[in-house]
Amino acid sequence: MKLIFERGKAGRALSILPPLDVPECLPDVPGRKTVPHLPEVSENELSRHYTELAKQTYGVNDGFYPLGSCTMKYNPKVNEEAAALPGFAQIHPLQPEHTVQGALEALHTVEQELCEITGMDAMTFQPAAGAHGEFTGLLTIKAYLKSRGEEHRKKIIVPDSAHGTNPASAVMAGFTIVNIPSGADGCVDLESLRNAVGEDTAGLMLTNPNTLGLFDRNILEITRIVHEAGGLCYYDGANLNAVMGLARPGDMGFDVIHLNLHKTFSTPHGGGGPGSGPVGCKAFLREFLPGIRVNCKDGVFHMEHPERTLGSVKAFYGNFLVVVKALTYVLMLGREGIPEASSNAVLNANYMMRKLEDLYDMPYPDACMHEFVMSLERQKHENGVTAMDVAKSLQDYGIHPPTMYFPLIVHEALMVEPTETESKETLDAAIQAFREIFAHAAENPAEAAASPKTTPIGRPDEVQAARKPVLRYSWPD
Amino acid sequence: MTYPVELKYVKSHEWVREDGDVVYIGITDYAQDALGDLVFVNLPEVGDEVTAGEAFADVESVKAVSDVFSPVTGVVLEINEELLDAPEQINQDPYGAWFIKVGQVQEHEDYLSAAEYEEHAQAEAEA
Repeated sequence: MKLIFERGKAGRALSILPPLDVPECLPDVPGRKTVPHLPEVSENELSRHYTELAKQTYGVNDGFYPLGSCTMKYNPKVNEEAAALPGFAQIHPLQPEHTVQGALEALHTVEQELCEITGMDAMTFQPAAGAHGEFTGLLTIKAYLKSRGEEHRKKIIVPDSAHGTNPASAVMAGFTIVNIPSGADGCVDLESLRNAVGEDTAGLMLTNPNTLGLFDRNILEITRIVHEAGGLCYYDGANLNAVMGLARPGDMGFDVIHLNLHKTFSTPHGGGGPGSGPVGCKAFLREFLPGIRVNCKDGVFHMEHPERTLGSVKAFYGNFLVVVKALTYVLMLGREGIPEASSNAVLNANYMMRKLEDLYDMPYPDACMHEFVMSLERQKHENGVTAMDVAKSLQDYGIHPPTMYFPLIVHEALMVEPTETESKETLDAAIQAFREIFAHAAENPAEAAASPKTTPIGRPDEVQAARKPVLRYSWPD
Repeated sequence: MTYPVELKYVKSHEWVREDGDVVYIGITDYAQDALGDLVFVNLPEVGDEVTAGEAFADVESVKAVSDVFSPVTGVVLEINEELLDAPEQINQDPYGAWFIKVGQVQEHEDYLSAAEYEEHAQAEAEA
């Protein structure tokens, strides 16, 4: 497609932008010496530019989006209606408390609801997304350890199946990483964990179910081992969609948790969302949380800073309107709907897995939770067909590819997460697509390697894009 | 896959070339092939200490970021700065594209010969 820079002509203009009504320059501020070279287009050309961009995207509104570990569920439109209510959308963060009681009640209610679902005692809504939540949770652990004079506890234990953000967040927060291998069953190897913990252990970061879609049956033993060594347990909430309303991280022994509201609680995902990664904790960590929390006394809502707060990790209350969308979702589903959503997510994943396991190798063939991982390693050796080829072929069926080449402990991995919001017909069509692709690729690997054929862009040169990125338009002279 | 006989190898897929008192360290042909096209490499600084069995660098492909482990304990004397701008050298010439030169070598991991390493790499590829 044409870039905006390649449309239009010098001198062409449109009337969408209002006239400039601020002083054109400030005194004593160095200004540009030359006028920037910007695209000059008509309204018609601008409109076509955006429509063309929109046509090149693919979202849940276009079709099936089984991107593992990302929980690309459908986001109900009622969430948007609630967030657009003037009492939420037309307020200012610095308004006096008595004029925003409704908004404060929303924050208070969502904290209670999400604490109930996760088994936590308090929650901050400041973090803007999952990894930001991880970072905040780790800073909370750090503040706690410091308050006890245990700053020598520097090591965070992370299993080799973890999301890459876990070790990255821990290093950002000033910890060092101890990587432990998974056992043959794909879960935490207890012996490795026992050998890894010690006087320098700050904590463990774990996703349960893990990135293989497996619920760790030893979870109580795992958190006990870490606690007995004096460490804390951090729950990465990326996969909470498998267990909400069914099992609570707080009951499993976790002390700190982050949620991805843009995954589990149906708020927009990607494309600038924005995300929201609230951090919940047990009561003994409450005083260290960042930002403000809302308390209710005699029916009146107040904002408070936790006594020994670690500070702020984002302005004001985080992405407040996103939190309103998550609250809407929780209230719409209610006590019965929340566990039902998770049960259906698990059912859908198992259904797809069982319908594909005669063709595709499942390295961990037991019943899965909300997602499952298949491997194309055998096909790669036999006829050169890779996970990438299958993923790209799915695009020609109008299906978004699953997560590829993750988790790292499975070679040629495809990680499929159908979510609960897809119908049986959609799942059957996807199963059919997976099966056809498998058969075609075995017969004609070269054709699979040439897919996709129907998308605006086939296979971008990812290596060249990473090695020699072109990030700026160069005007022809 | 080639594994030059004059080099020593470790199970975590790095090679060592001994040159008098110093050693050069890089990753093996098997490692570069398994990682795929590398797009970024992170190296330590001259003067840093490296520890046998611990990560001293990382390499990034379009698929993943992976640690590179030091086969020896010692001090970094020199880094191959060319790799920072041209990580593709590691794919093109894994045994020419050394990462670091290490001196004051105190101890090292158990070394494998080329033949032993080839067997190990093959077993890993089939696992």
